Amino acid sequence: MENFDSLKKTPLFDRHIALGGKMVDFGGWALPVQYPSGILEECKAVRERCGLFDVSHMGEVDIFGNDAYAYVQKMVTNDVTTMTPGRCRYAVMCYDDGGAVDDVLIYKFADDHYMFIVNAGNTDKDFAWMQEHIFGDVRVENNSAKWGQLALQGPAHQAVLDAAGFEGEIPAKYYTFTECMKVAGIPCLVSRTGYTGEDGVELYCAAEDTVRLHEALCEAGKVCDMLPCGLGARDTLRFEASMPLYGHEMNETITPVECGLDFAIKLKKEYFIGIEALRKPRTRKRVGLKLVGKGIARPEAEVLCNGEVVGVVTSGGPAPAVGGNYVMCLVKEEADENGKWAVSVRGREIECEFAPMPFYKRK
Amino acid sequence: MIPTDRKYTREHDWVMIEDGIAALGITDHAQEALGDIVYVELPEVDGEIAIGDDYTTVESVKAASPVASPVAGRIVEVNEALDEQPELLNEDAYGQFIAKVEVTEIDEAALLTAEEYEALLAEEE
Repeated sequence: MENFDSLKKTPLFDRHIALGGKMVDFGGWALPVQYPSGILEECKAVRERCGLFDVSHMGEVDIFGNDAYAYVQKMVTNDVTTMTPGRCRYAVMCYDDGGAVDDVLIYKFADDHYMFIVNAGNTDKDFAWMQEHIFGDVRVENNSAKWGQLALQGPAHQAVLDAAGFEGEIPAKYYTFTECMKVAGIPCLVSRTGYTGEDGVELYCAAEDTVRLHEALCEAGKVCDMLPCGLGARDTLRFEASMPLYGHEMNETITPVECGLDFAIKLKKEYFIGIEALRKPRTRKRVGLKLVGKGIARPEAEVLCNGEVVGVVTSGGPAPAVGGNYVMCLVKEEADENGKWAVSVRGREIECEFAPMPFYKRK
Repeated sequence: MIPTDRKYTREHDWVMIEDGIAALGITDHAQEALGDIVYVELPEVDGEIAIGDDYTTVESVKAASPVASPVAGRIVEVNEALDEQPELLNEDAYGQFIAKVEVTEIDEAALLTAEEYEALLAEEE
């Protein structure tokens, strides 16, 4: 048995083991890559019924103070002016040169209170960056350890919540949240968000309540044959939905503009860190390809267009909901989308065709 | 549980030699560790391989795993069924060979009996 002593653990560590989870080191966290049913079955459960993910490793950073709004505006690419309390918004924190510190989900509680959900492996880096930039009446707090977080994803998520029993209003609109709910008697913040390309909710509870909430939802999930799902399914689902993953589609040297996240970048804003760099024309772009020839291309594989190497694969693998193998890649801006595409895998060129993203879109 | 009609490697591969032809495959433990297998890169028939060469790459949803050969020789047959149904390796790892090799050399020292392989699995647990 592998030793996980050196890794961080979510409150559900023992429960993952008990459920037969295959534990791996994910950015310093011990988390299940899959359970006994396997990645493909877990993906199918989310697309057709429901799946439950432990995402307690995600970081939560609170921003308090009278200057919280101005501070958030300075820190992220998106515009939070139109956000009302109870809304979520996706954005990117950038360095001065436009490279991404992290992509974040912003929760607005009040004009003087926001929360950033950040990638687990980036939490310390993000928090340091955020602290470095505080001004006026702003206080940032890393409250990651206080929260447990579960993602309940799939068309039957509502039936599972019904079976679990809840008090309060389940947020009806995408990217909204309800702060004070009870699910299975446990106080939760519930948001209509997710990272699977499927309808669903994410539930935040006190760390010490996470096991109880997970157990209650697994029990309630029997109404639709819900499966607990691991990181493998999470990655495949987000890949099918062509959602970027920090460290792959975006990082310190790949800007959100190159990543094609225009919807979350408001260049008309007066200022945010990195805005000047992002206003310059980009030289690279993210594109999707479907492999026509047999094979699978993984990150770092070379991408060719009309015989010339134009970039690299950033994520690749099967897209079971649509069939076939796909890649997302970062290529030169001038690469011709109608050109002849290929990826090079272990010295062999596999023919590809241009594939509009997202590869999977729910009906 | 571990078939006794063949030999094993410490890398969780099996080899069954009959009349100078070695059938090569991966063990049940290997398929279990890989998870859902979605692609098997079959070698070219008539290709020559040396001991230790990666003669195939077995791909699960999340990873590509090269498989080294414990024998040298010419590839005389590949399991074409895996091309369309790579999941057969998950279902019956001992019943599905990946390639057959006309053997010129065997790394006998590296091969384990079923009993020794079972002991290795117990050790790794």
